[in-house]
Amino acid sequence: MNKKQFLDEIKQKLRGLEESDVKKSIDYYDEMIDDYVENGKSEEEAVSSLGSVDDIATSILKEISLPKLVKAGIKAKRKLLWWEIALLVIGSPVWVPILLAVVLILLSIYIVIWSIVVALYSINLAFAAVGVSGIAGSVFLMVLGNLYQGLFYLGIGLVFSGIAILLFFAFNKISVYVIRFGNLIFRGIKSLFIRKRGLSNE
Amino acid sequence: MDIQLKRGLLDICVLAAIKNKDSYGYQIIKDIKPYLTISESTLYPILRRLEGAGCLTVHSVEHNGRLRKYYHITQAGINRLVDFSEDWKEIMSIYKFVEREDADK
Repeated sequence: MNKKQFLDEIKQKLRGLEESDVKKSIDYYDEMIDDYVENGKSEEEAVSSLGSVDDIATSILKEISLPKLVKAGIKAKRKLLWWEIALLVIGSPVWVPILLAVVLILLSIYIVIWSIVVALYSINLAFAAVGVSGIAGSVFLMVLGNLYQGLFYLGIGLVFSGIAILLFFAFNKISVYVIRFGNLIFRGIKSLFIRKRGLSNE
Repeated sequence: MDIQLKRGLLDICVLAAIKNKDSYGYQIIKDIKPYLTISESTLYPILRRLEGAGCLTVHSVEHNGRLRKYYHITQAGINRLVDFSEDWKEIMSIYKFVEREDADK
């Protein structure tokens, strides 16, 4: 297989994806083959050392975001035949609830992940609010002449501000891990999706 | 090697390959190969992912009448390497703990 055939086959496997994503991938493999040729390999040798077109297409698809993949999948499908439409309509009491359930589960995973993040920062905000209002309150009390009470509130205010600042850094770290964990889940789901798409292409 | 571990290490190796000077796909693979098995189809997603994470930028340079993409490390990429080295110090001390000789013998 020469370079042009090889790149055309990859392009074929990626049809439906956004133009810029396809171009970037093709440019990458184009450049790679040229560099192999420049270092003494023949075009055919270079192409065969890159591996199978299917593996390459899968590796590219894995990094495309889920919404883009779904869009590409829908676009790539051929028109439905009349009996397929009939089956879809007859089967709808079965597949609609299942599809709905899957979508809602995905949505809830997403919501749970972001709720954790929001909850963490709300705690943080609460501490900061106590800190700021404690300090503000103490100024107010001291102006009114309640020196000791004022100092007491000032102390509380400073302690809570301190905790809020420390928590902010801790929560930043935790949030990163929580979101990373979420991405891991979605990556797993995506790889299921890609395997299915790969089969339907054959 | 454990797949998850290798995945993480590949990211680091790619960043390390462009740490000192900008590099291109073919050269990056050549530089990493002595340390980890890496193929062209594994490198591509890593580059895209690192670009998406802001760890590197891409620019085209003309070479022999064609364009070649060069990858340039950013501050975020450098930070990733620094974090890696710090983590590794901890891992090394755990390694020593695992491999220590039995003192009772």
